Amino acid sequence: MKKQEFLQGIKDGMPICLGYFSVSMAFGLSVVLAGMPLWSAVLTSLTNVTSAGQFAGVNLMLEHAPFVEIFMTTIIINMRYFLMSLSVSQKVSSKMTMGQRLLVSFGITDEIFAVSMQRKGELSAIYMFGLILMPVIGWTFGTLTGAVATSFMPKALSDAMGIALYGMFIAIIMPDARKQKSVLYTIIMAVAASYAFTYLPVLNKVSSGWVIIIITIAVSAVAATLFPIKVEEEEE
Amino acid sequence: METSYILAGIAVMALTTYLIRVLPMVIFRKKITNVWVRSFLYYVPYAVLAAMTFPAVFSSTGSTAGAIAGCVVAVVLALFDKGLLTVAVCAAAAAFVVQIL
Repeated sequence: MKKQEFLQGIKDGMPICLGYFSVSMAFGLSVVLAGMPLWSAVLTSLTNVTSAGQFAGVNLMLEHAPFVEIFMTTIIINMRYFLMSLSVSQKVSSKMTMGQRLLVSFGITDEIFAVSMQRKGELSAIYMFGLILMPVIGWTFGTLTGAVATSFMPKALSDAMGIALYGMFIAIIMPDARKQKSVLYTIIMAVAASYAFTYLPVLNKVSSGWVIIIITIAVSAVAATLFPIKVEEEEE
Repeated sequence: METSYILAGIAVMALTTYLIRVLPMVIFRKKITNVWVRSFLYYVPYAVLAAMTFPAVFSSTGSTAGAIAGCVVAVVLALFDKGLLTVAVCAAAAAFVVQIL
């Protein structure tokens, strides 16, 4: 029974693992090309297991940002995990021990959350371990593969790869912008604000870490006020 | 970049992220029903990624022309729901081609 639950978790985690492998390859590739050492890319993926959060964090490190900016940006970007973890906490088996809760928390990502919410009934610790294992492996080894691939690349090509990270960001936000007007308006507001902070006097003196935090809070607050999301609409 | 700075930076990111994930699991038992808070969190990823991408994307490669080409390719492919790796690689390929022309 226990073994079966674990294997079911592994099985449910496989598609996530494959998806993560390709995304984290792009992460490993762009981080190393941006000038960070290979080991830092792999360590970041293994210890964070986030997408936007660790991309932003590494971006800030490249600018040698103070830790308080990295801390604040990480909180803002990853705040959604708080909600997801909250939902998972309602669905886990009452038999789950504190130690198991501490372990399971590590693997709450958008996709793992989505899969665990689709599962019928309570979530056992052993199922969650199975579900989390493969995606974490895929995320870490994808990063390593991408990072290693950079050393076989000519200079002109690696110059061009600087755009890869932004390509990924665009790939995350654009499909939803097409499907949902409110997301499109959110993006337009954020881009407009970002241009203002880049080119307008006084505003362009604010450091980039804070700019991201200010824009994210302000734009998300405006969007939440103008376009509240009904629970059914939420994909997660 | 010094190793100590990178290690500390990664630790800050990892610990902060873990705290966000672990706190609700060990403390909270009730679900958030406030629509505004839920909506706010829903829009966060879009706002943050859009703000980080523009206008920074246009200075991300060797030439502005290449970056513009890459950006256009990325937006078009993303609108057609292509995967993250596909979009990233094609954007870079477009930037590369324009750069060497």
